[in-house]
Amino acid sequence: MAKKLPKVDVVIVGVGWAGGIIAAELAKQGLQVVGLERGKERKTEDYFMVHDELRYAYRYELFQDLSKETVTFRSNEKVRALPMRQYGSFLLGDGLGGAGVHWNGQTYRFLPYDFQIQSKTVERYGKNKIPAGMTIQDWGITYDEMEPYFDAFEKMAGISGEENPLGGKRSDKYPTPPMKYSPQMKMFQDATKKLNLHPYATPSANLSEAYTNPDGIARTACQYCGFCERFGCEYGAKADPVVTVIPVANKTGKFQIRTHSYVRRILHTGNKATGVLYTDVTTGEEIEQPADIVVLTSYVFNNVRLLLNSKLGRPYDPKTGTGVIGKNYAYQVQKGNALGFYENMEFNNFAGAGALGVTIDDYNGDNFDHANLNFIHGGGIRISQTGKRPIASNSVPKGTPTWGKEFKANSIKYYNRTLSVSGQGASMPFQHHYLDLDPEYKDVFGDPLIRLTFDFEEQDRQLAAFLAERCGEIMKEMGADLIQVAKDLGPYDIVPYQSTHNTGGVIMGASPDSSAINNYGQLWDAENVFVVGASSFPHNSGYNPTGTVGALSYRTAEGIIKYSKNGGILV
Amino acid sequence: MSIHNEEESKDQNPSSVTRRKFLKNSGYVVGGAILGGIVGNLLGRPVQENNPSQAAGPTTDYNQALMFFTIEQFRTVEAATERIFPADEIGPGAKDLGVAYFIDHQLSGDWGFNARDYMQGPFYKGEAVQGYQGRLKRREIFDIALQEMNNYSRSKYQKRFYELTGEQQDEVLTAFQNDEVKITTISPSGFFNTLRTATIQGVYADPLYGGNRNMDGWKMKNFPGNQMAYTDIIEDEKLAKIPPKSLKDHVQH
Ligand SMILES: Cc1cc2nc3c(=O)[nH]c(=O)nc-3n(C[C@H](O)[C@H](O)[C@H](O)COP(=O)(O)OP(=O)(O)OC[C@H]3O[C@@H](n4cnc5c(N)ncnc54)[C@H](O)[C@@H]3O)c2cc1C
Ligand code: SF4
Repeated sequence: MAKKLPKVDVVIVGVGWAGGIIAAELAKQGLQVVGLERGKERKTEDYFMVHDELRYAYRYELFQDLSKETVTFRSNEKVRALPMRQYGSFLLGDGLGGAGVHWNGQTYRFLPYDFQIQSKTVERYGKNKIPAGMTIQDWGITYDEMEPYFDAFEKMAGISGEENPLGGKRSDKYPTPPMKYSPQMKMFQDATKKLNLHPYATPSANLSEAYTNPDGIARTACQYCGFCERFGCEYGAKADPVVTVIPVANKTGKFQIRTHSYVRRILHTGNKATGVLYTDVTTGEEIEQPADIVVLTSYVFNNVRLLLNSKLGRPYDPKTGTGVIGKNYAYQVQKGNALGFYENMEFNNFAGAGALGVTIDDYNGDNFDHANLNFIHGGGIRISQTGKRPIASNSVPKGTPTWGKEFKANSIKYYNRTLSVSGQGASMPFQHHYLDLDPEYKDVFGDPLIRLTFDFEEQDRQLAAFLAERCGEIMKEMGADLIQVAKDLGPYDIVPYQSTHNTGGVIMGASPDSSAINNYGQLWDAENVFVVGASSFPHNSGYNPTGTVGALSYRTAEGIIKYSKNGGILV
Repeated sequence: MSIHNEEESKDQNPSSVTRRKFLKNSGYVVGGAILGGIVGNLLGRPVQENNPSQAAGPTTDYNQALMFFTIEQFRTVEAATERIFPADEIGPGAKDLGVAYFIDHQLSGDWGFNARDYMQGPFYKGEAVQGYQGRLKRREIFDIALQEMNNYSRSKYQKRFYELTGEQQDEVLTAFQNDEVKITTISPSGFFNTLRTATIQGVYADPLYGGNRNMDGWKMKNFPGNQMAYTDIIEDEKLAKIPPKSLKDHVQH
């Protein structure tokens, strides 16, 4: 029998960006909030020895321990799904702050087009533009409605940036100025301007200068230390839930964090949740935490898995396209790039910051005409200077063997003589791309793992090839002596790292027929359950997701406060 | 040519950002409670400006002993990694960098036991895009593969792998890389890729793991290792030559 604890107002499952933001906003309003986090506590002091590429980038220090839980994967329904036994394509967050601890901090807003993708595509190109099986749909909210929440997230995190000339309208400028421009960023800026494109500094959660946010949280400026992605920040300069929203939640006295608490079920009677069941992994004890409101912020995979394992919501059926939990899984087309080798120039590639770079959106969203193209949407194109570390960075001109004398000479020679311009392509949902429970493989508790059925489509291949050509043009303008353009996307392969931009599975929308949650993140089928994260995205855009995840989290916090007063479905 | 140029290091030292200098300059002591952690630690203790270990003469490296390999296996790995990353006029190769010790030490711990990988059955052969699906742990794969490398060497050249000429060793490695060796228990190319990756890791990981001896891997690549800040050089056109520092630099004696 599980031990039953006293009831609280709100229980939050997973304390990363989404969980942390919601905890802070609700606790500020006086609600009694418990945050259950399966991993351990994290703090800035942990990163005294953080400049260790092997430990953090290759032994995955900060990520979910796959021996306890992973996902299974297959390209299509004809194949048996098998577990992702080792890390590859994406890296899962774990512990207080979640993936917000080891992200880069590239903080974009999705485009107005994204939120109304279906209607705007049909409006401009007609219904036939959308190929059979592509299940894009509007988000049930517009960019203008989202704007205040983007603004709230950016001010909390102190995002450093300058206006995107092709982005949605802003109510205010970024709270801090853009990051410094390095020589390679200037080269990209000059080249894209010459090509009549519209460069802007990549919006950054690595602070360009010391900043105090509206909650009174003060942080110092980024030091361009080059150990950002996959690492924690030893300065607290990178916006991370642990140095921003969690201290604010703690200060209210209304928020209690319980780490090492692995949530396994949402408990419910009828169509209302009564709380959650979790295991204290330090003792093995099963504990019931009753609550008036349950908030799932456990990232895409576990948001879906918890709902399915708890038999809450209508599971998606890929054959008929009906049901919603697990629907519209999408990813990122992280292909289409140009690598430039320079014989007579050297760059301080080892220096950098997670979000240091320059972006153009001329080929993103519907900012360009798709009438004669065999794909919709597009992708951001960027130069990024995140800090090239020596194990990871061994680019050599084609034809160089992958080992031996020549490999050694070229990988050393070109370490500080290569630059890369790359596309980050949007990913459209298809009826046969989805998440469900694996029939065979289990986690450490014996609960089914989530199963991922996904592959790249013709849409993705066309997009990657298009972006690659554009990257090549820019690199040429940047004067590289040798340019290698990668444009073949190939099948989706879970082995090489691509990006931790998994999306969908508990998508938002205007109607319960086609979506799992409304635009407050409220589950249509259980009004006191809110689900937040990139799981809410009906498709993924040509940007990193967290700016939009953060905005949706503020939106949900507002919804929960309303709900706690009046109850009922909010829209 | 030695890649470690003492003169150059001395010249560069004054401009390198020491932690003390950085802490003084950046005035973030006033930054609020969250910054207390590491910074507080640093300020509370005397900061060591010069690393005596870099200046000291040759001392016994007690780390260079074996945790996992037999001597035979060690010799094989040392020879193989040296072919993957050979000594040349640029600087030392895998052998002098201690890469075989690095791999030995790694196999004796979490990585060798696949401790943080999903190792539950059932095991099925999968598609290439589904990644590794074997039941063997890395240390078991090394045991088998090193034995097979020597078997293959013996059958082709009547010698053990580490007794072959460099060219012959390359042929054996290439046969593994291209799956031209018939082995039923493991994937020859899978092993080769693991060995290649581990070699590069041993060349460039912090010296604390037993490879990258004397930070020579970093020096060849002009990688400054563990530096606190690059704010001063991020906008510079010129390549900064900063003498590397390792994590050892953060630990007081
Ligand atoms: C290396 C890397 C770089 C990235 N860079 C960028 C970037 O530059 N820009 C960008 O926009 N995005 C980036 N991302 C993605 C970004 O980190 C995520 O979008 C974001 O952190 C997601 O926040 P979240 O709160 O939804 O989920 P998470 O941060 O994953 O938090 C979920 C939390 O829930 C916990 N949890 C899960 N299951 C359970 C359970 N059953 N019980 C209890 N707790 C549970 C987890 O331990 C975790 O702490 C990056 C990701 C990675 C890995
Ligand atoms: S690059 Fe900047 S934000 Fe990132 S870890 Fe280093 S100091 Fe922190």
